[in-house]
Amino acid sequence: MTQFKRPDALYDAPTHYCPGCGHGIAQRLVGEVIDELGLRERTVATAPVGCAVLMYDYFNCDVIECPHGRSPAVATGIKRMRPDRVVFTYQGDGDLAAIGTAETIHTANRGENLTVIFVNNAIYGMTGGQMAPTTILGQTTTTTPGGRGRNREGGPIRVCELLSSLDGVCYLERVSVSSPKDVGQARKAIRKAFTNQLEEKGFSLVEVLSMCPTDWKLSPAQSVEFVETQMKKVFPLGVYKDR
Amino acid sequence: MQTGTDNETRIVIAGFGGQGVVLAGNLLAQACVEEGKNVSMMVAYGAEMRGGTANSTVVISQGTIYSPVVVRPNIAVILNTPSLEKFEPSVTAGGLIVANQSMMNRAVKRGDLKVMMIAATEIAHGLGNVRVANSVILGALIAATSLLRLASLERAVETLMAQKKAALVALNLEALRAGFAACPS
Amino acid sequence: MSTQTAKILMKGNEVMCEAAVRAGCKFFAGYPITPQNEVPEYLSWRLPQAGGVFVQAESEIAAINMIFGAAATGFRCMTSSSSPGISLKQEGISYIAAAELPCVIANVQRGGPGLGNIRAAQSDYFQAVKGGGHGDYHLIVLAPSTLTELYALTMNAFDYADHYRNPVMILMDGILGQMVEPIVTEEYRPLFEPTEKDYILDGCKGRKPRIIKTLHLQPAEALVEVNRRLVAKYKRISSELKLCEDFQTDDARLIVSAYGITAQVSKGAVLQARSKGLKVGLIRPITLWPFPEAPFVKAAKTAEKFLVVEMSNGQMIEDVRLAEQCLRPVEFFGVGGGWYPTTDEVLDAIEKSYPA
Repeated sequence: MTQFKRPDALYDAPTHYCPGCGHGIAQRLVGEVIDELGLRERTVATAPVGCAVLMYDYFNCDVIECPHGRSPAVATGIKRMRPDRVVFTYQGDGDLAAIGTAETIHTANRGENLTVIFVNNAIYGMTGGQMAPTTILGQTTTTTPGGRGRNREGGPIRVCELLSSLDGVCYLERVSVSSPKDVGQARKAIRKAFTNQLEEKGFSLVEVLSMCPTDWKLSPAQSVEFVETQMKKVFPLGVYKDR
Repeated sequence: MQTGTDNETRIVIAGFGGQGVVLAGNLLAQACVEEGKNVSMMVAYGAEMRGGTANSTVVISQGTIYSPVVVRPNIAVILNTPSLEKFEPSVTAGGLIVANQSMMNRAVKRGDLKVMMIAATEIAHGLGNVRVANSVILGALIAATSLLRLASLERAVETLMAQKKAALVALNLEALRAGFAACPS
Repeated sequence: MSTQTAKILMKGNEVMCEAAVRAGCKFFAGYPITPQNEVPEYLSWRLPQAGGVFVQAESEIAAINMIFGAAATGFRCMTSSSSPGISLKQEGISYIAAAELPCVIANVQRGGPGLGNIRAAQSDYFQAVKGGGHGDYHLIVLAPSTLTELYALTMNAFDYADHYRNPVMILMDGILGQMVEPIVTEEYRPLFEPTEKDYILDGCKGRKPRIIKTLHLQPAEALVEVNRRLVAKYKRISSELKLCEDFQTDDARLIVSAYGITAQVSKGAVLQARSKGLKVGLIRPITLWPFPEAPFVKAAKTAEKFLVVEMSNGQMIEDVRLAEQCLRPVEFFGVGGGWYPTTDEVLDAIEKSYPA
């Protein structure tokens, strides 16, 4: 299905995202899925700290902006009190896999009936291009000017692989928004992560490989190439758990 | 007996962890509730519990209790020798030590205290379970002080141990009475 | 559990829990730490029994953020901890205060700084009343001094939180948390008429979407405006909510001031001093923020001296000096690093401080 109409779940507003950034695509996919499933009026979203902090300016639904990394805990509080509502977190790599690692792992391990959209662009965007937990080895950032080194900074954290051992987790899939084909698969995965919640299946997380031309210091086209040739090698796409 | 200048009775119950000092404190406190007396109980908690001696403190008064903290008890219920070492010096002059003779390897040194030694473990053993030595000694304490009525303590056992097996309640009641009877009047 | 008119024995931590449940608390998240472990233990069975939700969180940070989420749904919620754990919660507390969400936070204080010890202390006064987290904000801070008062103030805490849309801290200590006394579990009686909660996030059916946020980038004055609104609210709270007990101060030459269990101990010492013929009174702040200045101003006109007693190295003493505007000397008696104060010790301090 090809859809050109703006989803109702998103406002008709220009975003602040940079040209070539993947957030716009990821958020549109979330908006489309919310529309398709008719969830807008029963959804509460959590906004992260990072580039997506202003997502309440784009999402036409209830949103709570969380302290850095704490979205899964905030979402737990909301969902436990309102199990009949749909709660999703939208988090970047620093938020989910660095400062909020404990919240991520334990929320997953408790099997909270939540949907997590995890946007992995291998860098800290909002603060200006510092190393992320998912920065790949050798990748230059403003805090790894010589490239990320295994012995100094450690290797990139593979979130889907890490979480796949936890019994509480229902569904893990890594997708990308770097090509039309990938976008189609991303949409399917996001839809599944939401329907899982509707079916009370527990914790679902979709990791979305995404472009950050500005902080990678690449053109949008080169950024797509970086995802295809570099990131996908380190972060293979696919389903890591489907219970 | 005289229980302090301010009509407040301050009791410390001390022994090894597992000797039932917490239960003994709770039983005394509940007996106070049964009699409409004011009471404040505290247990040395957390890491302090595991350091060897465990203790609970009970303050009993007809009036308002301003502090649950017991630094100078006028009654010390002592279940083992390390507790005697620790608390004998702090008991107020003219105060009372009720001790489990079965677990003491020395006598009370101070001459200004009333002392009642009771072979609580032997009595408890005779009843079929050494673990009720705490109830035996509570019975003796009641007999020695007329602080509370035996019937109140019996009701406290029934109230606090309601969820336990009936046999255990009966055993503790028996232990209270045995301790009460064993006290030299 | 039905209302008890008879007295039942309860431990302080459990007294607080029972009051919270009866006041309609529906969510608790927390992490074990001595001396408040009875709180999560009690609520783990009691809350579900009352139709609520209990979560043992992976950390204090997660716990306070679960509260952030639960508070946003409009349900009454609380968390508790002891000093080091309360430090961890400060990030979340700042956000909740900024978002103006109601919740109750209990601190069963223990010795510090650092990991400290597990004895009772009052060394988190500054943290509780002067901030703790970042930014200009205030918690309403309640300091019960007996278990009966703890029961009542816990219920009131939920009312104040809702009424002012502000987090409320119950500032306790290891003694209050651990002491066991007979109490009457009175029925809950709300202090205020319930008002509509127009901030609740529950899906935007039939209304515009709501946003709860604490980031205010644009325009530049936006955050200034938020701060102005907060200041106005804090002024309102200050004018409406200052609780204090004034005890035998009329003819007192020496005024003892203390809060929490230390105040109860001090009251005993004041009575003993009176029986010795010393004219001593007690001012006991019940709200630590807002701080009740008026009784100090009044007392400073007639009394010659103040003596502040705390289980710390001296923190509330600064607010007492501000309140009495340095009209009279203020002396201090206290121990930092965990202390179980006794009436004898306080009486001793009273006799030493008593004006010649």
